Amino acid sequence: MSDNGQPDIQSHRLDDGEIAHNFGDLHPPLRRSEALIEADRCYFCFDAPCTTACPTGIDIPAFIQKIRSDNVRGSAATILSENIMGGMCARVCPTEVLCEEACVRNTHEDKPVEIGLLQRYATDPIFDSRTQLFNREPPTGKTVAVIGGGPAGLSCAHRLALLGHDVVVFNRDPKAGGLNEYGIAAYKTIDDFAQKEVEYILSIGGIELRNGQALGRDFALQDLKEDYDAVFIGVGLGSTNALGLDHESLPGVDDAIEYIAEIRQSDDLGALPVGRRVVVIGGGMTAIDIAVQSKRLGAETVDIVYRRGPEHMGASEFEQNLAKTSGVTIHHWAQPASLHGDEHVATIRFERTRLDSDGRLATTGDGFELTADTVFKAIGQLLDFSTLRTAISDLEVRNDRIVVNDSGRTSLRNVWAGGDCVAVGNDLTVTAVQQGKIAAIDIDRALRKE
Amino acid sequence: MANLKTKFLGISSPNPFWLASAPPTDKAYNVNRAFEAGWGGAVWKTLGEDPHIVNVNGPRYSALHSNDRRVIGFNNIELITDRPLQTNLDEMRQIKNDWPDRALVASVMLPMNEETWAKYLPMIEATGIDGFELNFGCPHGMSERGMGAAVGQVPEYIQMATEWAKKAASVPVIVKLTPNIANILPPAKAALDGGADAVSLINTINSIMRVDYESLTMYPTTDGMGTHGGYCGEAVKPIALNMVAEIARTADTRALPISGIGGISDWRDAVDFLALGASNVQVCTAAMVYGFRIIDDLVAGLNNFLDDKQLKLDDLIGKAVPSVTDWQYLNLNYVEKAVIDQDLCIQCGRCYSACEDTSHQAITHTVNGERRFEVIDEECVGCNLCVSVCPVDSCITMHQLTEGIDPRTGQAISQDKINWTMHPNNPMRKTKQK
Repeated sequence: MSDNGQPDIQSHRLDDGEIAHNFGDLHPPLRRSEALIEADRCYFCFDAPCTTACPTGIDIPAFIQKIRSDNVRGSAATILSENIMGGMCARVCPTEVLCEEACVRNTHEDKPVEIGLLQRYATDPIFDSRTQLFNREPPTGKTVAVIGGGPAGLSCAHRLALLGHDVVVFNRDPKAGGLNEYGIAAYKTIDDFAQKEVEYILSIGGIELRNGQALGRDFALQDLKEDYDAVFIGVGLGSTNALGLDHESLPGVDDAIEYIAEIRQSDDLGALPVGRRVVVIGGGMTAIDIAVQSKRLGAETVDIVYRRGPEHMGASEFEQNLAKTSGVTIHHWAQPASLHGDEHVATIRFERTRLDSDGRLATTGDGFELTADTVFKAIGQLLDFSTLRTAISDLEVRNDRIVVNDSGRTSLRNVWAGGDCVAVGNDLTVTAVQQGKIAAIDIDRALRKE
Repeated sequence: MANLKTKFLGISSPNPFWLASAPPTDKAYNVNRAFEAGWGGAVWKTLGEDPHIVNVNGPRYSALHSNDRRVIGFNNIELITDRPLQTNLDEMRQIKNDWPDRALVASVMLPMNEETWAKYLPMIEATGIDGFELNFGCPHGMSERGMGAAVGQVPEYIQMATEWAKKAASVPVIVKLTPNIANILPPAKAALDGGADAVSLINTINSIMRVDYESLTMYPTTDGMGTHGGYCGEAVKPIALNMVAEIARTADTRALPISGIGGISDWRDAVDFLALGASNVQVCTAAMVYGFRIIDDLVAGLNNFLDDKQLKLDDLIGKAVPSVTDWQYLNLNYVEKAVIDQDLCIQCGRCYSACEDTSHQAITHTVNGERRFEVIDEECVGCNLCVSVCPVDSCITMHQLTEGIDPRTGQAISQDKINWTMHPNNPMRKTKQK
């Protein structure tokens, strides 16, 4: 709170130049010379550990080999044939815990091949030039409904279109892309890349995108089951977990995801109001994204508070370091206990935590208080049961997520699901893409049997 | 510090590193810089008759690059000196005067008639040079005019021209050989028979570097047309080493002192040439790529190596020659197996890919369900492929089986040596070897 007791939330804390600098490309793309040298570092491993570590199973040594020989289009084809969102994944994948962690160069010299940057080098020209690398198979006459226009839905739709099926994508939001468009820090995907990728995916043909169509609000699952040969559900997670505290509805206690979406949709970042003192609760990628972006919009102090240790954080080590070097303070082993303020949140009190002898989280009885103009909740999302409870009531659900088998089949006949809304996975874009792809392959198999 | 001072054919130089006859030695300016940097000697860019030749006014060079544009191989179509003879002679005289302790050798290329040799050689020798090198090597341009490699490819011509040179010169004569032949020994023998004091080798190898992927013409071109050039640089070293060793180990030619040339880039390359029979070495491409200051590493590296080995330079020369022989004399009872050091292995699996796809299926990729690369002694023929492709130095090494049974053949390891000349599978074997 400012000295007059009012929350200090303002726009234009930084000038336009600073904002432009702060929201520029987090990892500038490799130039050709850099890419060739980096590609030369790949050992072309047998049964490459990086490929095994990639949720979509991209043949990484093969695409890097093609970069080495200046066969960039061939390289992109290798990537995109396994992962149609290889462009976004090159930007947002936590490569240091996936492909790059598995790179044998770590053993040799503690420095993996920069697989993510090479993947971006190979795929950027394809999106820039809109080069179509794929041909659809002959039409099957089957039509599939895909609910959700995020990574899982679009991946599923693209694979189905490729295999000769027609697809209608029902997307809740005004734009497709899901969290790629609304839920990822702006500096990770500059220049409207998410939409560029969506356009590329749709350019295969055979995919009709219907925006502003939400399951449970605008249509029912049963309708689609009747009208289409198969249905894929990739609705993601619609709502943010609550802290479960009194006064949670106080102004200034906000959903991180909502503000990230606001940042992403803004064409004048400087005009966005941001608190002087921002407190973020959570330990995942979203917590880092909101904290760093708040800082880069000009917040004076940004504190992340997470109830466990650094090793338990959902955010990768790189992301944690990014937060720290951006001037964010991370507090571990503390959880929110109470929110305070009259018309607006003013302070938030935390109690310190530890693991008890049974390994369960316990409070120590000790605590601290942080002054806050804004408190962001980034403690995970869950299925938005406000609209979906009836809509998917026929589906088997576990831990508030849809149960599927290894091929993405739900408990309902002719209904598949994938992405963050299903009970398996790790909430990564790359995993959603893989689940969409696997489901599409299984849907294709099922439809061809009929 | 070891003493690197050398006397080659009585020509002394402070170290065994000479600059080869090539663009770096075309002018006093360059040679002066080279000697300031510490080079032991220089073979002046090849002199010819007046009027001087002309060069193309476009690309003379091109390179085989690694992805980080390290020059692995190098190609040129430059001809001999394109400056007036007198200009070169004046500069050579000045250089020899300014640098009396450095070796200065004149490379010459002249038409195949004795009068020309008799006319030019004394004129050149009068500059005070320490010796001649006869350029019978350049494979491009001049060879079309009956000189360079056109001479070096015909032993009779080599002998003839060497005789003319020896008659006209009072300083030592080195014959520079072309590698563009089937067998290096007849040209070397011809040089010896012609009275040559030494041979130098190799000159460059006929080559076209690549095509231009846009125009689909050869690359590079002069006004749309190109021609083969001479290949040199690191990539040619093994070819040169073989030819040097052949001359050094063959009875007919081993009397010839050798000046080794071909891809010498650091001191280890020099050790290769010296140990395989060269008495000194000449360098060009590495200097053209990195400049004259590479001499620091060449000198210091060789010095440290000799100190570590407690060898004198003369002891190194020819040290490895006795280890070079014909295939038919290799011991066929000798057995080695590859061993992978699991502590050093980074699990890239390249040894597996190479062995599985192209050799003897003698490496595992999985052991007890774990990713693990181990040599299967029952299949390993000891071929050294895995050692060659492994990206980790010393991770895979070859170990001799000295006793017991070779698990691949089931044969007992024998201490007796047997080579192909005696082997039972050889229908031409010698019945008894004493």
